[in-house]
Amino acid sequence: MSIAAWLSPTGWLFAGTLGVLVLASSIATMLKWRVADGAPHAVIDNLTSRINAWWIMVGAIGLAFLFGKTGVVLLFFFVSFYALREFLSLAYTRRGDHTAMAAAFYVALPMQYFLVWTEWYGMYSIFIPVYGFLLLPILAATGGDTQRFLERASKVQWGLMVSVFCISHVPALLTLPVIGFEGRNLLLIAFLVIVVQGSDVLQYIWGKLLGKHKVAPLLSPSKTWEGLIGGVASATLLGAALHGITPFSPVQAAGMAFLICVMGFFGGLVMSAIKRDRGVKDWGHMIEGHGGMLDRTDSVVFAAPIFFHAVRHWWVP
Amino acid sequence: MNANRSPSPIPHTPPPEPVWKTTARDWTAVLVRQIIVSGAKLLTGVRAFWGSGARVSGPSAEQTVYFANHTSHGDFVLLWATLPNDLRTLTRPVAGEDYWDRSRVRRFIGRDVFNALMIRRDAQAAGLDPLAQMRAALTAGDSLILFPEGTRNMGDEVLLPLKSGIYHLHQSFALVRFVPVWIENLKRVLPKGALLPVPLACTVRFGEPLAWVDQEEKAVFLARARQALLDLRPEHDREGMLHAVSMPPPPPPAATLAPQPGEGA
Repeated sequence: MSIAAWLSPTGWLFAGTLGVLVLASSIATMLKWRVADGAPHAVIDNLTSRINAWWIMVGAIGLAFLFGKTGVVLLFFFVSFYALREFLSLAYTRRGDHTAMAAAFYVALPMQYFLVWTEWYGMYSIFIPVYGFLLLPILAATGGDTQRFLERASKVQWGLMVSVFCISHVPALLTLPVIGFEGRNLLLIAFLVIVVQGSDVLQYIWGKLLGKHKVAPLLSPSKTWEGLIGGVASATLLGAALHGITPFSPVQAAGMAFLICVMGFFGGLVMSAIKRDRGVKDWGHMIEGHGGMLDRTDSVVFAAPIFFHAVRHWWVP
Repeated sequence: MNANRSPSPIPHTPPPEPVWKTTARDWTAVLVRQIIVSGAKLLTGVRAFWGSGARVSGPSAEQTVYFANHTSHGDFVLLWATLPNDLRTLTRPVAGEDYWDRSRVRRFIGRDVFNALMIRRDAQAAGLDPLAQMRAALTAGDSLILFPEGTRNMGDEVLLPLKSGIYHLHQSFALVRFVPVWIENLKRVLPKGALLPVPLACTVRFGEPLAWVDQEEKAVFLARARQALLDLRPEHDREGMLHAVSMPPPPPPAATLAPQPGEGA
């Protein structure tokens, strides 16, 4: 990479992100020694492992960005693979669903990402909601087992929609021809990921500092009104501050950030409801301190398609 | 390799092979073993849990009989894959000879790669005693992997009634640890008749060794062993019980794994 590239918005963005991570790690280390005196401390240790996982995630995204569209498509292909594996592992299925699940993993998942890679909008935006929706229950029906059929067919469908279709809208942002923004679409991904994940972190921090009134005690005991309002408001400001890397004006950037923060919040709520129903706390155990892939991406899952279509509707002629 | 191979009923004993051939086969077996174990881990992201509840004991090199629920051909591969490397070489799965002798590849995988203890399900008719084979292996110091249901569980029941072979082994080997193991989800990865495994997360849960009770009743022991297995299921996996709840408690198993000539324990 040339010096010019490092001075580009992407370079600055990564420098800024690394700065935040260095700061976070320093604060966590300081807390560890000041508050806990180096001894094990549940909250601080959890914070440390969360921050460490962030280092890995930022590293993975940075590496993918270096390889451009192909790198990003591949990265999110693997994100979808792990998410789908987590989702279907917890879903109730029977012998008759095996073919449908094999088709989900070995056909629908690679096909969706291939379609995104070829930038065929007309197909990747309907492949799973239309073709998958109709073909998967046909495969399940040929299994000949009618017990709890609709429930089983819906779960495979839901798994694909959430883990593959929705997540694939992150790399699909690269295929949007935004006027005057050519060649910089990676920044749309950066904006989405920073704002949505930033909102999660800020909600966590505001909740820890001020949180008293629970939003949905039955679904997610850790979500409070204080955390929600403080987190969404500060993440909206963060989005507005990032308008320079987007095709949006400051007000538009704030509006977009608000939209995806709200979607992200409800995404977390819906995915929590599914976890509660299954009696588990986390989707998986992939990342220490973060649970599974779906625990980390639940907000992006709900925000990505809406963000994609909002950009496409208002900024693509 | 093992003294206890001799009693296994191989009708066609192969003629002695040149050394290079044996060596080549042994090395191929080691390689294939690594590939199968790594493949199973990659596909299922398998995680192992040792101990249950407050008591947590990790893997131990003491001689052990691992007994597990049986829902898929991949069961013992996964159980095996979660054992530490050094324990793996000491631990032999007990497998059905009729299945593993059906082709050359299966013979190689069953005998050379897994070093399985082959027993025949039609042993009674053939006048053989699988229990004696298992006793011989335990006497020789091997650890074993057993599936006491006797056959793969293909239905909706959570666990089939346990056959009595494990009871007789447990009575005669007071010093061997009998560790219950619950394998979760593998039935869905590779159900019967499916060729393509679907990647789903699996877990293998190792419980506490069963206590040894002198002169224990067969039915009491089998109920205890069965409960030890069922207790290992994770909370969220009990949905499958919907069908089983209405079932009457397991009857004392009528079928025995093998005839027990004069073996009254």
